[in-house]
Amino acid sequence: MSAALSIADWLALFGQFMVLSMLSIGGAIVLVPDMQRLMVEHYGLLSVDQFNASIAIAQASPGPNVLFVAVLGYQAAGPVGAAATLLGIMLPSSVLALAVSRWGAGREPGRLARAFKAGLAPVTIALLICSAWVLVAQTPGWRAMLLAAGAALLMWRTRIHLLWLIAAGAFAGILGWV
Amino acid sequence: MTDPTTPSAGRAGAAEEAVVLERPRSSGQLFVAFTALALQGFGGVLAVAQHGLCEQRRWLSKQDFLEILSIGQLLPGPNICNVALMVGYRFFGLAGALCALAGLMTVPLVIVLTLATLYGHASSIPEVSRALRGMAVVSGGLIAGTALRLMAGLRTNPMGAPLCAGLGLATFVAVGLMRWPLVWTLLGVGALAMALAAWRIGRAGGEAPAGRAAPPPGGRP
Repeated sequence: MSAALSIADWLALFGQFMVLSMLSIGGAIVLVPDMQRLMVEHYGLLSVDQFNASIAIAQASPGPNVLFVAVLGYQAAGPVGAAATLLGIMLPSSVLALAVSRWGAGREPGRLARAFKAGLAPVTIALLICSAWVLVAQTPGWRAMLLAAGAALLMWRTRIHLLWLIAAGAFAGILGWV
Repeated sequence: MTDPTTPSAGRAGAAEEAVVLERPRSSGQLFVAFTALALQGFGGVLAVAQHGLCEQRRWLSKQDFLEILSIGQLLPGPNICNVALMVGYRFFGLAGALCALAGLMTVPLVIVLTLATLYGHASSIPEVSRALRGMAVVSGGLIAGTALRLMAGLRTNPMGAPLCAGLGLATFVAVGLMRWPLVWTLLGVGALAMALAAWRIGRAGGEAPAGRAAPPPGGRP
C-alpha cells in the first residue's frame, strides 16, 4: 500500500502535521480524523486497516499515546516516515510549551496568573473526568463501568501498583468479562 | 485553612499534606524518572505521572501538579509531553525539559516501533483486541482516580467548594456529555472560571504580592 512519495510530498506531510500540532488542544488523539483523511484518503499511504492497527499497537505498548503518530509514519515509510510524522506533531507544541515555561519562570505570580491557576484547577479536573468517561464509554455495558469504578477507587484509596490494575483489565478483557 | 491570597498557597498546601518536597539531583535523573514513568503507562502516562511525581518521588505537590497540568491541557500538544517539558524546565531549565521529554519518548518509541514491525496485524487477533479493550476501561478508571486524588488540591482554592463544583460540572456537561469542542469550552467555561477566581481573590483583599520574598510555585531556583 505504501506509495512512493517524493521528497516534496514528505515535506508537505511534515508541514501538515506541524499545523495539526498547533491545533491539538486536548492531545494528539483529537486529531485522529484529520490524520486519517491525510494519510489514508489524501496521500494513500495507509489502508484503513493499517491505520486502525497502528492505533491499536500504540495502545498496547507503554508510553505516551502520541506515539501512535510515529507508528502511522513508520507503517507508511519506515524510520523516515516515523521521523516526519512524530517530529511534525511534536516540534511546534513543544516549542510553545518551552516558551510558556520560560516566560513564567522566576516571575512572581500576579493577580491575573493566580486567577488563571485557581480558575482552571476545577476545569482541569473535570476534563480528566471527561477523558475517563470517553475511554470507558467505548465499551458499553455496566460491567465496564464497574471495572473502571473499581480501578478508580483502588487508585484513589490504596497504594496498589497501577500495573496490577492494568493487568487485571487485560485479564478481564481476555476472559470476556467486559 | 491557609489564607488563599498568599502567593505561596501551593507550598502551604504541600505542608498541609505533611509532605516535604524533594528535588531531582540532575537532568539525568529526570531522564531516568520519566523513562520509568513512561514504561509503566499503558493507555496513558498521566495517572502514573501524578502518582510517581507527587507521591513516590515527591518532586511536586498536588497543587503544583494541578497547575502544571492546567497549563499543559490549555496548550496544544500531548498533555503528558507538555507536563514533562514544564516539570523538566522547572528544575533544570532547557536541559531539564529536553531530558524529561526524551526520557518520556525514547524507550517507548523503540518498543512501539518494534511491536509494529513484529505484530503489524496482531490487533486482528481476538484475544489481543479483547485485552486492549479491558486495558482501555481500566485506563479510564485510573484517569478518574487521578482526578479524585487531585481534588485534594482544590482545598486551598480561593473560589471555594461550591463554585469549584459548579464549574467542574459545567465542564463535564459541555465536553463529556454534549461533546462540545474543547477550544470553545475553554474559552467559555475557562474564561468564566478565571473571572470568578479573579473576583474572589480581589474580594478577599488580594493585594499584589510584588514585595513578597516567597518564591512562586513555578519559579526556577
